[in-house]
Amino acid sequence: MSGHAAGATATGAHAPVFTGAIETELSGILGRYPTKMAALLPALWIVQRERGWVSPDSMVEVAERLELTPAYVKGVVTFYTMYHQHPVGRHFIQVCTTSPCGACGAERVVESLLKHTGCGELGATSPDGRFTVIEVECLGACGFATPIMVNEEFVESVTPEKVPQLLSKYR
Amino acid sequence: MGYPHRSHPKETPVLSKHFGDAQARTLEGWKQRGGYRALEQALGMAPADVVNIVKESGLRGRGGAGFPTGLKWSFMKIGDGKPHYLCVNADESEPGTFKDREIMRWTPHALIEGAAIAAHAIGAETVYIYIRGEFTEPITIVEAALKEAYAAGILGARAMGSSVKIDMYVHRGAGAYICGEETALMNSIEGRRGNPRIKPPFPAVAGVFGQPTTINNVETLCAVPHIITNGAAWYKALSLSSPKSTGSKLFSVCGTIARPGNYEVTLGFPFKDFLYDVCGGPLPGRRLKAVIPGGSSVPIQTMEEAEATLMDYEGFVAKGTMLGSGGVIVFDDSVCMVKMIARLARFYAHESCAQCTQCREGTAWTTRILERIERGGGTMQDLDVLLELSENMTGKTICVLSDSCAAPIVSGIAKFKHEFEAHIMGKKCPLGATAAA
Repeated sequence: MSGHAAGATATGAHAPVFTGAIETELSGILGRYPTKMAALLPALWIVQRERGWVSPDSMVEVAERLELTPAYVKGVVTFYTMYHQHPVGRHFIQVCTTSPCGACGAERVVESLLKHTGCGELGATSPDGRFTVIEVECLGACGFATPIMVNEEFVESVTPEKVPQLLSKYR
Repeated sequence: MGYPHRSHPKETPVLSKHFGDAQARTLEGWKQRGGYRALEQALGMAPADVVNIVKESGLRGRGGAGFPTGLKWSFMKIGDGKPHYLCVNADESEPGTFKDREIMRWTPHALIEGAAIAAHAIGAETVYIYIRGEFTEPITIVEAALKEAYAAGILGARAMGSSVKIDMYVHRGAGAYICGEETALMNSIEGRRGNPRIKPPFPAVAGVFGQPTTINNVETLCAVPHIITNGAAWYKALSLSSPKSTGSKLFSVCGTIARPGNYEVTLGFPFKDFLYDVCGGPLPGRRLKAVIPGGSSVPIQTMEEAEATLMDYEGFVAKGTMLGSGGVIVFDDSVCMVKMIARLARFYAHESCAQCTQCREGTAWTTRILERIERGGGTMQDLDVLLELSENMTGKTICVLSDSCAAPIVSGIAKFKHEFEAHIMGKKCPLGATAAA
């Protein structure tokens, strides 16, 4: 991580994300909007899809592509909770614990996940690098308590008992 | 249809008729079910005539505010020489609400059709469907449906062979409740932090990219094709009560209740019947205690109030709350209200964009005080402080996020004060629950 105040300064060792087919993909997205800046959220999604997280170097690359400053890009990245600002486990698990799910036992699902993944605590990555578990605010599936997200996959009606079998899917 | 349950005879499935039917997801399946006839009809009409039918129908916004849809559309000045935009609000994040997710999962073409009709009515050539980032499945389904619609010439330079141009894109959010607020949503489309904007100017004057913009909720737009096909009078007749609340409405039901899920009833339906019959009432051996009927941002009702409520915009207001988004959160006697309210406050504290002091500080302070009371460390004075903070959080900020945090606190203390007092006097949660740290 660089020491720049904005935290988004190139280190020189960055392999560009936007080359070849991905560059073409970005061009297509730019055609949807009247400004380049509007392609920022989609561009950051592409970075995360390709690299697993949004590194300071990627922020600099995105800034150059969209004619923004790295500090501006960092400001946007930090506003939204879904962009990872550091590498996470191979399987990033988000558990909804907002009131409706809380009333239906979401806390016990969290306990079970922390135990069976080996993460131990929220936000930590398991020693084998497989899992990271965090709490998330309302996933918008309250009637299917407790919903969790594993990377891009949405899983409904999770109970503490279902956790061990569920986790066995994700190696 | 009460997905994931079988349809209840008391439901009126209009928008939810094809929930659970995977065939309805495809363009071919949608056309077989009558799809895109309304769009074809609307494209043959003058925009003002489309606006007038929707005005006449009495359709009101289903996202939470209940603003008359036709009136909102009429604010867009056709022929002003400016590019117009339609933004579809599919950032469904209000705790308790999960109806738009179901619409997009099962009937993506209903949304595309409704949005295309709206685009024609307001003279918008570009539509952005803003879907919250966590809705990966709905995003995939809507994008596949858009691809089909483009390939069939329904969208594009000549929508359905007409002279109307309609382009439609999905814009994926990235985790921020506040982006469901319309001006924050526009900022997010522009590639900015999702901070709400000061109004005026209103979106119809200067919205996304500074141009005239209309923002409509998914469910609102999905009602439009039915109104075009069946007429305004038909839609108006779908009401059991107030002439100001017309049509059918999806209600998402969650919490401690026998059959959580989505249900569609005509406005004016008795809430008591809805909770005890349509949704199956309490879980075995339990008693219902409280309901938040319109998503977490509206005041809490006691069961006495809820059971006397008619489910429409005026009916909920008459019983001290609001219809909001139609996200019905039910709590039974096993649930600690202090814990639930504390957890809601933490939600708002987490989701505050932090640009207004009253919200940034108020949501954080109320959360800390509520969690302290829940742990058994509260004082009676804390209740006064909570009410004073809530007063300062209401009506004083750019958007209503901080008002939304205050609503369950104020109504919770007013209606369930004995639970707060039991925590304070007994120095612990009487139900043995502890607020999550």
